[in-house]
Amino acid sequence: MTGTATGGAARFVGARVHRVEDARLLTGRGTFVDDVSLPGMLHACFVRSPFARAAIRGIETSAARALPGVQFVFTAADLNPGVKEQWHTSTGPNSPETPRPPLAEGEARFAGDPVALVIAESRYVAEDAAELVEVDYEALPAVVDYAEAEHAEALVHESHGSNVIGEIAGLPASALDGVFASAAHVVSETIHQQAYAPVPMEGRGLVVDYSGATGELTIYAATQVPHEVRLFCSRLLGHPEHRIRVVMRDTGGGFGQKVMLQRDEMCLMLAAPIVGAPVKWVEDRRENLLAAGKSRQEHADVKLAFDLDGAIQGAYIDFVQDCGAYPTPWPVMTSAAVGMLFPGPYRVPSAGFTCKAIYTNTVGRSAYRGPWQFESLAREVLLDISARRMGMDPIELRRRNLLRRDELPYTNPNGMSYDSISPLETFEQALAMLDYEAFRREQAKARAAGRHLGAGVSNYVEPSTPGYGYYGTEAATIRVEPSGAVNVYIAGGSTGNSIETTVVQMAADALGVKIDDVNTIQGDTAVTSFGAGAAGSRSASMTAGAVRETATLLRERLLAIAAHKLEADPEDIELADSRASVRGAPATGVSFAELAALAYFAPGSLPPGVPAGLEASARYTADAPAIWVNATHVCTCEVDVATGHVKLLRYIVSEDCGPMINPAVVEGQIAGGTVQGIGGALYEHLAYDEDGNPVATTFMDYLLPTATEVPEIEHGHIETPSPGPGGYKGVGEGGAIGAPPAVVNAVADALSPFGVTVTRLPLSPAQIVGLLDQ
Amino acid sequence: MGEVPVHLTVNGRRRAESVEPRLTLADFLRERCQLTGTHLGCEHGVCGACTVLVDGAAVRSCLMFAVQADGADVTTIEGVASPDGDLSTVQAAFRDCHGLQCGFCTPGFVMSVTAFLRDQPGPTDEQIRQALSGTLCRCTGYQGIFKAVRQAADAGQHGERS
Repeated sequence: MTGTATGGAARFVGARVHRVEDARLLTGRGTFVDDVSLPGMLHACFVRSPFARAAIRGIETSAARALPGVQFVFTAADLNPGVKEQWHTSTGPNSPETPRPPLAEGEARFAGDPVALVIAESRYVAEDAAELVEVDYEALPAVVDYAEAEHAEALVHESHGSNVIGEIAGLPASALDGVFASAAHVVSETIHQQAYAPVPMEGRGLVVDYSGATGELTIYAATQVPHEVRLFCSRLLGHPEHRIRVVMRDTGGGFGQKVMLQRDEMCLMLAAPIVGAPVKWVEDRRENLLAAGKSRQEHADVKLAFDLDGAIQGAYIDFVQDCGAYPTPWPVMTSAAVGMLFPGPYRVPSAGFTCKAIYTNTVGRSAYRGPWQFESLAREVLLDISARRMGMDPIELRRRNLLRRDELPYTNPNGMSYDSISPLETFEQALAMLDYEAFRREQAKARAAGRHLGAGVSNYVEPSTPGYGYYGTEAATIRVEPSGAVNVYIAGGSTGNSIETTVVQMAADALGVKIDDVNTIQGDTAVTSFGAGAAGSRSASMTAGAVRETATLLRERLLAIAAHKLEADPEDIELADSRASVRGAPATGVSFAELAALAYFAPGSLPPGVPAGLEASARYTADAPAIWVNATHVCTCEVDVATGHVKLLRYIVSEDCGPMINPAVVEGQIAGGTVQGIGGALYEHLAYDEDGNPVATTFMDYLLPTATEVPEIEHGHIETPSPGPGGYKGVGEGGAIGAPPAVVNAVADALSPFGVTVTRLPLSPAQIVGLLDQ
Repeated sequence: MGEVPVHLTVNGRRRAESVEPRLTLADFLRERCQLTGTHLGCEHGVCGACTVLVDGAAVRSCLMFAVQADGADVTTIEGVASPDGDLSTVQAAFRDCHGLQCGFCTPGFVMSVTAFLRDQPGPTDEQIRQALSGTLCRCTGYQGIFKAVRQAADAGQHGERS
């Protein structure tokens, strides 16, 4: 059923093979950054601003320095001058980024802003000392509400001259005046999404270890991008890249938060050569919720124009996002995706957008799984509102407008060209799994009995696997070692994405070896080639390409050596079960161990032109700017209208990620993203009070979904191969895109007898009771 | 700060150490015993990643001081599989059911589920969900975790090793 990364027979690709990561992780033998302990290692703790905005008049560190066990107390004057260059490879040196002083200089710009860094013999002493650092703050009026920030007197960054970071636009609203004026129906609303965040179970962290004698800097990192950590650090310190080694074995989840380096990490890098001993910084949960970044927090005025039959005539979104004080990266370019993708997987003849990014005195915006997902939330919620206002079934409205396969490739009015997708097929499959008609009957019966059930649907199409610039290539080295065992070296690194298992499956099939004969080494810049890391739902397709390119080179050599040994034509040799044999005569074959022994230890016996050894390296280059993926989410719920409590009843995801390399991994990614989206729709809120004080800095206040809130997630698959290697597509982010609108629509459907319109998240009990009281 | 002696057994090995009274059991296990499988996800007793067994009871080692474990028998994730690496029924079920992704929360789940199934053999689905609700996972959406506990519970009912 599945294609493979190379021409080999598929034995492991497509199967639910056990994960190779699990043995260590299940037994406490993983290596997360906090598990790294080096001789003489010191511990870091930040002093952070308690004010949303304050002038820093002075910092008194003598009491902290005097505490036994304290080695250094750094302030901006100590570390900030060490910055040579500060930019990420994906955005380049010319991106108009926010100025990011490693430690706050003169002004603290959010509650949690790092002001000083204490280095001590233990984490306990470092925390004690941090409390002894006396900062003379003069509290200043803060810009807290991003909707008001444009006209606020106070400026988050004086040097920028405005709280508007920038704007980016497609076709202006005026260009669509005719479409909207002549439409049979126009529906508009303002849709809001609250701040929520990736919240990996492991926070950010680094161990930096600088050796002055050799100039070698080793960094152990909680990261999705080990090679980018090395490049960034090299530029930051002006230190040669080959004198820096970044190691990550296990990272405890990232979901976008560990794709770019922030000011805290810069401080550790800058401190490393000064301290001259290993230093560990691992943020605690409070720091993670205070300072690691927020996502979402945005709203838009959205409108759709329909003809008499409900066919969409035009779509417009006027989008505004809160970027906090120190967004990473420059948010204007990334916000454009919200506008470009707003038409979604529908036939939309005309569209336009504006996207505006705003500074506030809150924690900076950072990437989170499907960073542009507001386009799906806004569109899908507005489609349900539209259906209700036009007296149509929301399912029928979507069915009339969804793109059909015979219309592909289809270029949306913003220039996004979709192909190899199946929006109508996932939609119909998900509805069939629910039995939509039966649900409507059950809903009617329940309503008659005073119970409020609802069903919600969402469709999306997303660009996975960015195929340009920094993200556009991935490399692998494969060694058939002298014993015949296989090692695959790839940038990778386990962040919960099962990339070790994926690589082992693909390499085993590509070379025709037993899966137990394949090992993979990842996450260490000293032994792997550059790769852009786990981001943009790129790992499956890009590593498939890298393994394919490399294995192809190695297969040629294996076949040549085997043919020579077996006195056969290379074209008649097949590779399977770690043996090479003449097709049709498997008993006569030769093992990989024997081939490797020839290659390494009997170079004189190799056929002419075949080099000694059995290793190859190659770099795959993507040939499409993106690989499109689509899915449909369907959710049903019951709302208790007295308490505002939402209980999810069924949750169905039908997605088209092409052939699956490992269905367990695919479904695990979808379920994880979906539950994060459910959390965002119902529970999670990285809230601030009106003075800019964060009020959700513990798990008592920031509510993650638990096993009791989450229903069983039912999976449907449609398989449309992509043009990329193996036909694979990226599946890491989609769950978090599709879930919030499906949940909102289900709740709104349940509440439809009350005539309320749901336009604001999260749908907490208080929010729902408030809507019903209106 | 003055130190006080503690004597305890960790994964069958006796330990005699001198510790500050404020040292948490979690940090004692991670730093003094180098048993880094016990993970800290919140340090305020909500996420459950740091769960270990103290005299058989599942406790959050971030909320307990090492000195409070004086005289106790402590089992961490490192003490669950057999010495030659055979996974316990619970660990094997997590592997079989894709019950982990990044693996950071996993030790806490394995420890709390091990205690739960010992005390509650043959649980209902609802009891399983309740038992899991005290531990947070951000990767799996709890799908594989729930299935793993169901599988381990059913295996336990059939007399297999747990």
